Amino acid sequence: MLDLSKYQSIGAALKDALTTFANETCLIEADRDREKERLTYKEFQNRAHPLARALQDTGFSAGDRASIIMTNQSKWLISAYSIFFTGGALVPLDYKLTPSEHWQLLKHSGAKVLITEYPIWRQLAGALEGASADNVKLVLVTEAPANADLSGAQRWEEFRCVPEPVFVPRERKDIACIVYSSGTGGRPKGCMMTHENYLEQCVALTSLYPFWPGVRYLSILPTNHAIDFMVGFFGPFTCGACVVHLRTLRPEFVREAFAKYKITYVSLVPLVLKNVQKGLQARFEELPQTKRNVLNFLIGVNKAFTKSQPRLGLSRKLLGQIHANFGGELRTIIVGGAFTEPQTLQFFYDLGIPVANGYGLTEAGTAITVNDLHPFRADTVGKPLPGMEVKIVNPAEDGVGEVYVRSKTVMAGYLNDPELTAEAFSDGWLKTGDLGRFDQTGHLILSGRQKNMIVTEEGKNIYPEDIEAVFENLPVKEFCVFAANYVWPKRSMVGEQLILALHLENNQTYTEALRNDIIARNNRLLNYKRVHGVVLLDGDFPRTASLKIKRNILAERLAQLDRSSAILPL
Amino acid sequence: MRNLDQTTQEVLDLAIQHFKVAPGTLSPSDDFFKKLGIDSLQALELLSRLENHFGIELPDYEVQGVSDFRTLAERIQSRL
Repeated sequence: MLDLSKYQSIGAALKDALTTFANETCLIEADRDREKERLTYKEFQNRAHPLARALQDTGFSAGDRASIIMTNQSKWLISAYSIFFTGGALVPLDYKLTPSEHWQLLKHSGAKVLITEYPIWRQLAGALEGASADNVKLVLVTEAPANADLSGAQRWEEFRCVPEPVFVPRERKDIACIVYSSGTGGRPKGCMMTHENYLEQCVALTSLYPFWPGVRYLSILPTNHAIDFMVGFFGPFTCGACVVHLRTLRPEFVREAFAKYKITYVSLVPLVLKNVQKGLQARFEELPQTKRNVLNFLIGVNKAFTKSQPRLGLSRKLLGQIHANFGGELRTIIVGGAFTEPQTLQFFYDLGIPVANGYGLTEAGTAITVNDLHPFRADTVGKPLPGMEVKIVNPAEDGVGEVYVRSKTVMAGYLNDPELTAEAFSDGWLKTGDLGRFDQTGHLILSGRQKNMIVTEEGKNIYPEDIEAVFENLPVKEFCVFAANYVWPKRSMVGEQLILALHLENNQTYTEALRNDIIARNNRLLNYKRVHGVVLLDGDFPRTASLKIKRNILAERLAQLDRSSAILPL
Repeated sequence: MRNLDQTTQEVLDLAIQHFKVAPGTLSPSDDFFKKLGIDSLQALELLSRLENHFGIELPDYEVQGVSDFRTLAERIQSRL
């Protein structure tokens, strides 16, 4: 691994990685059962440098911002490298957002360049909001069909210049990325992540979960996500490891990829991990009783020998058939993005497949705590990573209070929003809004949230303000969306739901027609963003002088109602 | 060449088979996440079956955000 303490920027470290590990394979890209591409670090450099030079020739320079909206693939990483090489700041956006949301964030980020895929561009170009994001001066589109109408964009594949690009150095405190943690419908939260944030986080994470040449990481989580950006790009590249991309994330192709590419690490969200668990459990159930008994016995032996720490060699021998399904080389499944239920973590650990369960938020870099597996603790989210200071503020009698974090991995602030930034910090500590406590061994146990938001099992952060637009002009006096657990605090990190608080007009009743109207609007939202039920409330909503709803006071009024009877399911 | 109505009906028939629900219980405008109580991964499994049936390849991105059978059928139709 490169000694990252010597580097000032992501670009400088990656530049050296490409020469240090020149002959190692850095990328494999497959589409269904077809391998599309396999690149060494040298070949990666040969692809990236002409793009970097072409960017430079347009005047793109230090501090300029460029956005990538793409599914996971080699062109994502090649483009990101070129942006960092030329001193730019990367704005990675979730390709699953709507065109309207994309344009909103492109405008907010001030990106000069957009690099995207043709199917995404087709939708973006068709959305009117683009006209207002006039900061985007150059659009590069990948894999466009030969006669496609590019609506003013240029082909990524042809955007090349031969002379070598000039490397543009950056300082540790400069902004490397603007990562949106939320705010697609309301107030954009663009986390300004510095080069130091990534360099420090990479050192901390790889001290527990190292990469080296020959390691293969299966990149499934979207690369715009903090976890995949770190463990599916920057981490493996600075260690000479290989990243495997799949263009189709259907379960059957993902399963195949484990064995075909001898995967060492993979990151998953809880939803996918649970799905894998269900699949395995179903197969166990189908076994004849004698085989089932043998399997249970072997699992028992494995549990006994791995109590204090994982023993991969032993587990692979004892439970070879199961490990063969994962390619036989899998060391750890990294799980993140949302809370994972302990029984799921324990299920995999008992099979000899450790799950690196942790806790993090975009504002604090990739991870704040991670389970170090010595011993494995399914009931916690692990201990703070090296360099992380974590404290519990205003603890109740049971020790549970708000989690505060301070470290070199914490963001510089929210882009263009000093007010929101000030609210997020207290004396240099980042206020996470999550509730938890430390146990006697220093492991963090999360127990709920005190902020008005939910996190889905797919790792999506949903803020009520971001989805309210869909209910605009609903024929009621006023409405407001809440996270149910924010209104009625619950010691739980799973099964979170959103509710729609309604104040009807005088003499108005909650009719079937109104309910259907709400359902129709709700269905316009992506399925994981939908509200679960309606709560009817009497009396005007409390508002500020500028007529904004005072959400915290309204939440207190809602809390007076009985949760189970107040929520009318949709 | 199938028309959109035929494609939609075939999509519904395959979903009925795949998720083992009673014939006639699904309609084109149904939100399949809600109606079938499935998650995004289970929806992806259906896509593979649809690809095999129609002999096409549907990039994951093309079906992003699609939650009703009619729209799914439209995406398939555009590739037939």
